[in-house]
Amino acid sequence: MKKIFFPRLFQLLSVIWGVGTLTFILMRALPGDMAYRIAASRYGQDNVSSDAADLVRQELNLDQGAVVTYFSWLKELLQGNLGRSLVSDEPVWQILQHMLGHSLLLASVALFLSFFIAIPLGLLGATFGKKVDQGIVVFSTTIRAMPVFVVGLIFILVFSIHWNWLPVAGFGSPEHIVLPALSLAFTLAAISNRVVRNAAIKAFYAPFYRFAQIKGLSSGRTFLRHGSRHIALPVVAFLGIQLVGMIEGIVMIESLFSWPGIGHGLAHAIFARDIPVIQGAALLMGILFVVLNTLVDLVCYRLDPRARRQA
Amino acid sequence: MMVSLLKHATFGQKCGGLLLLVLLAFALFGNGLAPNDGAYQDLDAILAPPSETHWLGTDHFGRSMVARMADAIRLSFMLGVLCVVTSSIIGVSLGVWAAWSGKKVDAVLNVFVNILLALPGLVIVLLFAAIVPGSFFVLYLAISLVQWVEYFRVVRAVTKTTVDSPAMQSSQMMGFGRWYLFKRHIWPAIAPSVFTLATFGCATAILTMASLGFVYVGMQPPLAELGLMMVELFPYYSDAPWLLAEPLIAIALLVLGFHLLGRKSS
Repeated sequence: MKKIFFPRLFQLLSVIWGVGTLTFILMRALPGDMAYRIAASRYGQDNVSSDAADLVRQELNLDQGAVVTYFSWLKELLQGNLGRSLVSDEPVWQILQHMLGHSLLLASVALFLSFFIAIPLGLLGATFGKKVDQGIVVFSTTIRAMPVFVVGLIFILVFSIHWNWLPVAGFGSPEHIVLPALSLAFTLAAISNRVVRNAAIKAFYAPFYRFAQIKGLSSGRTFLRHGSRHIALPVVAFLGIQLVGMIEGIVMIESLFSWPGIGHGLAHAIFARDIPVIQGAALLMGILFVVLNTLVDLVCYRLDPRARRQA
Repeated sequence: MMVSLLKHATFGQKCGGLLLLVLLAFALFGNGLAPNDGAYQDLDAILAPPSETHWLGTDHFGRSMVARMADAIRLSFMLGVLCVVTSSIIGVSLGVWAAWSGKKVDAVLNVFVNILLALPGLVIVLLFAAIVPGSFFVLYLAISLVQWVEYFRVVRAVTKTTVDSPAMQSSQMMGFGRWYLFKRHIWPAIAPSVFTLATFGCATAILTMASLGFVYVGMQPPLAELGLMMVELFPYYSDAPWLLAEPLIAIALLVLGFHLLGRKSS
């Protein structure tokens, strides 16, 4: 167990340091007068004067030395003090809390759907002959060639604009989650169905599986008792690899569908140069990434008795 | 060498290579098909459908889409190739170094790798793009920074087994130099993986730039960039659906080409 937690804890710390440092550089290296820009976003482009900019500069300590500010910046971060949004003046924690719920909802629905697509497809490819498998390969390759936002865009064009079945963007009703979750699920499933297929073939042709069949178990029972866990292990392990794609997909899909999650928040904050929110959103994503990776490790540990014996 | 490469390529790899060659040719010479360059606005012919003068139509400013698509694809190729060259050189040399030169180097490099792996690549690139918006160079730097890690990990793992192999150890005992050992033993072992990583890395780099353009934090207008063009042309979908289709198809073909080229026979 120590082997799982210790490196992850180190990663968690490096997330905080990395995001903190990058956002600090961002803060210092911003082109143009930052105080003026913030004042403009607060009071409106027409009402901003250099007096207002000076006021902001004092309020946010924008004129101190670089090294001093860097350490106080990191210290604040380690204390969990993320500050307030430069645009809306809300506490960043509050904004993040709101966004996190939406992102987790979208991610879990998408993941669930992707299993629903990938597992039957993979098993289909493993059990029915070469023709079916090749068809699935063509399907997977086509979907993989398209970035997730292109899949989403095509779904919008077909289901919302052409047929008018589902809303284009936004959130609130259950219908709003269908398209974003489905586009994310398709991209994830396009890769993971291959993993399911390979794992299934490996299990189906293993000696122990043959033996179970020969001793007279029904095919359903053989699959449940001897196949399912063997197939589950590589699929869950692959989930850890897919997490990167998942989080990147969420950034894109949320921006496309105006889903009010972290990814949408991050893209918007970058566009508006709202540094505390950029920092908070990137930090939350990094932490989420590390935590989910740890979860995947733990599930693999539970599934695989060999790993437990070693530890 | 080229002949033997062609002989060993699978059907899918040949298709991918051909597709990329066609796209590259279009990127390099596509400007010649347009009456003007990509910045020229012909305001009498806005949102024109494909015709003899404008092969792919014109956009909402009356700019020739042939020229703009060629510019955008050329930019994507440039970024992809630059990122692959940079990240593979860094990743391969550090990977071989870490596997071959004892534990200290390995430990230090592993700390770096773990830090980089703690954040999803796109988030790192987004943060860099936030620091210097609309800069091709910073985008290239950020993507290379994210991508060398993959080469490093694979090369390090393969090199470790090669260094311990009897073949290489006997070579070493016969007194061959380091460069010879690398050329004769390590490079042949890592080359296939590096090639696969390079093709997929190229596709990812192109995708990343398009993604950033798509959320409007990457390249800035009036530059022709595939992701940015999708956003710009989306509002005109009902008047000119073919315009939106062009960047979509281009990015899908680019990624497909690199994926096909990189896949080993299954």
